[in-house]
Amino acid sequence: MTADVTPYKWVGTRSIRPDGLEKVTGRARFGADYHLPGMLVGVVLRSPHAHATIRSIDTSAALEVPGVKAVITRDDFPEITSEEAMSGESVVDYRDLSRNIMARDKVLYIGHPVAAIAATTRRAAEEGARAIAVDYEVHPHVLTVDEAMAPDAPILHHDLITNDPEAETRGPSNVGKRHFFDRGNVRAAFDESDVVIEREFKIRPVHQGYIEPHAVVADTDEDGRSVVWCSSQGHFLVRTLTATVLKWEPSRLKVVPAEIGGGFGGKTTIYLEPLAIILSARAGRPVKLVMSRQEVFQASGPNPGARVRVTIGANSDGTIIGAEAWMAFEAGAFPGSAVGAACQTVFAPYDIPNVGIEGLDVVLNTPKAAAYRAPGAPIAAFAVETVLDEVAEALSLDPIELRYRNAAEEGVASTYGPTFKRIGFKETLEAIRSHAHHAAPLKANQGRGVASGFWFNAGLDSTATVNIHEDGTASLLIGSPDIGGSRASMALMAAEELGIDQERIRPSIVDTDSVGFNDVTGGSRTTFATGMAVVEACRDVVATARQRAATLWAVDVEEVEWQGGRAQHLSGSKPPLTLTEIARSAAKTGGPIAATAALTARGVGVAFSTQICDVEVDPETGHVKILRYTIAQDAGRAIHPSYVEGQMQGGVAQGIGWALNEEYVYDETGRMENSSFLDYRMPVASDLPMIDTVIVEVPNPGHPYGVRGVGEVGIVPTTAAIANAIYDATGIRMRELPMSAVRVHSAIERRSDDGTRTPVG
Amino acid sequence: MDHFEVRVNGELRELLVHPHRTLLEVLREDLGLTGTKHGCELGECGACTVLVDGIPQLSCLTLPAQVSGREVTTIEGVADGGNLHALQESFGALNAAQCGYCTPGMIVTAAALLDREPDPSLDQIRHALGGNMCRCTGYLKILEAVQQAATRVAPS
Repeated sequence: MTADVTPYKWVGTRSIRPDGLEKVTGRARFGADYHLPGMLVGVVLRSPHAHATIRSIDTSAALEVPGVKAVITRDDFPEITSEEAMSGESVVDYRDLSRNIMARDKVLYIGHPVAAIAATTRRAAEEGARAIAVDYEVHPHVLTVDEAMAPDAPILHHDLITNDPEAETRGPSNVGKRHFFDRGNVRAAFDESDVVIEREFKIRPVHQGYIEPHAVVADTDEDGRSVVWCSSQGHFLVRTLTATVLKWEPSRLKVVPAEIGGGFGGKTTIYLEPLAIILSARAGRPVKLVMSRQEVFQASGPNPGARVRVTIGANSDGTIIGAEAWMAFEAGAFPGSAVGAACQTVFAPYDIPNVGIEGLDVVLNTPKAAAYRAPGAPIAAFAVETVLDEVAEALSLDPIELRYRNAAEEGVASTYGPTFKRIGFKETLEAIRSHAHHAAPLKANQGRGVASGFWFNAGLDSTATVNIHEDGTASLLIGSPDIGGSRASMALMAAEELGIDQERIRPSIVDTDSVGFNDVTGGSRTTFATGMAVVEACRDVVATARQRAATLWAVDVEEVEWQGGRAQHLSGSKPPLTLTEIARSAAKTGGPIAATAALTARGVGVAFSTQICDVEVDPETGHVKILRYTIAQDAGRAIHPSYVEGQMQGGVAQGIGWALNEEYVYDETGRMENSSFLDYRMPVASDLPMIDTVIVEVPNPGHPYGVRGVGEVGIVPTTAAIANAIYDATGIRMRELPMSAVRVHSAIERRSDDGTRTPVG
Repeated sequence: MDHFEVRVNGELRELLVHPHRTLLEVLREDLGLTGTKHGCELGECGACTVLVDGIPQLSCLTLPAQVSGREVTTIEGVADGGNLHALQESFGALNAAQCGYCTPGMIVTAAALLDREPDPSLDQIRHALGGNMCRCTGYLKILEAVQQAATRVAPS
């Protein structure tokens, strides 16, 4: 539970973030805020067809349009051979990435880029785009996993053969990969179970919904080097991916991180950067590309839709003895959805002896799916956590008690492999069970639901540099974009280590030439892993400062300790020296004081969240109102509690949108019908309840301050908590997302037709 | 190109612009006031909100002719010289910005609310900000920041 007393002066306080002023004055510069002299404006010409072969592209008329300075197509990009590599937390195939950025032989979804134009004005660029003639041979398309897996389905990639060691046939297929995992004997377990419940679920694609559209400025010089300003979750990743699809040495690129206006996983890949770089090279001038909101919806993200089947068998005492899951994910135009992570997380919170898991990665004629906050896990949890609610009801057990009896804890072999170290799942269940919300009264048409979720969190690579200035202040050079307050958490940990006021520490997010490599700001890893690098570099600085004091005092360094930002002589015979005093005399004692730590962060601490939700369902309209919401989450240690709460509340808010409103709606041609915020309805202030947060702190033994990572797990249980609350209010099981008023209303109608409590979905 | 005179953040600005360009484009591209953000170009997200004669208006749906001779206030103009607006103080102090992209639109919209209603109820704040989307925070800390600023500007 939350520790009331910590040994820390700075860690755990609610300081004002170092970049707070920039954020409230409009001075913070995001991707589209850079403007260079002579800069051109670019636009992207996109496919109007969901599936077609490009016979030819004629750009000659476009180049005649006044103001148009460059037009590029597939001919301006190298052919990339298929190669899978780790990209942040995800696997990327460079050939697919290259073909998603600019179509080669085929277009695979409406919105797929086929050309890009740079001109002196947006209007000229748009006129140039209209003048490009593309000759398409249109093919039939597939928009759902069922269509894509049908025996006579049109094939998207004729060289895509299912990666499945058990497959009997080896022909081209729309299934990219089959994941499977077995433990024990799940069929035998179901035979022995007192209750077995099997249900099917449908989940529509949703978008990450960051308010800042993708934006880039590139300035390519005559020597073939390029400086790129862009908003991303990882500018080193942008450099690696961009260099690979251009077949450039990464060192030819300098990527400067703009402030990022939301990402949620969706900015851990690239779309515009190679286009802007090549346009700039052709035109000999800087080029800016900014997506419209429609382009963001049609050609970036989304989170995959899915079909899921989950079966759970339990004994009458509530022990789960078998669990099975089958999940087919809509990867979009190219393979590589998060179905693998869904398979790993689906039963991870529970200690289950017999498990069978199968996952299919299915391609179809929609935009290539991207990561979204705990990729894959919320889809799996929607199914598992609603089936658990049914199991609890069948056994007349409290749903929290059912989870508690089966909860994983230290020493349990997880269903995805590793044995858990110290984890805080049971503590989150206790926090919700003992919360006033759990016992509050409900009225007619109101209901309450609970659900839990798991996320791995990531470690990966980070570098940080600490420079001590002659006035005793410190700058932190960081290569992890700050997406939600991580500068503040870095400054607090550095203040704690150095023993100086956090206001005397200035963290900067610097470009790819100015600090060592850093993996993406993703996997909830930044405060954990980059924070670890900051802590190590600060400890190195402290060691140097002690040495300098020893030099000044002409004593052995072992006689100097560091306390409260000062060097203290152990025998007490010398007056203490502050960091400022040591820094001021650095030139006389060995030169500047600075340190860099570069590391692969080990010791990742996994995260759990348990949530409770009250809803009111209007029986006339099916409208679901969230009355009250409480989330408990194990943060390990909350370095800056405000931003931990912000991540928890933000995750729940996105989960509420996903549960009740958000979905991609395609017409029969494969065109997204609701590619605007008016029709793709994300929650606004008046839609949401107050979201209560309970920060549980079970320190991660693998981090110097116990940090686990807090960014993602908050979204995992939300849709299921709401579905379970809707059931409690109405007696109707919703098994399709979103649980929009239309769907809930028709479920209520269907029930009144036959007078029974019919499950829906 | 058409000629317009507009007061922007208290200064008279002369504009020579194509009449079809939006106020958002003119502010960002011609006047270098990039604090006002583009989120959707359709008037749906609120990131581009500015004040026209003190009333919140979506600059992506506003043409220069519509603000000719009027007073436009952007996020760069809400502070009083070197003194931050109470909302800027409270958004900073309560960590109401996560990514910060919606923050300028939130602050100018809330500033108009506090001008009109110095002591708003939580529901009034929710409804006033109902056209400003934030995807990061769940709005809680934003609502708290507006409440805190209100207690500072409200006459006691």
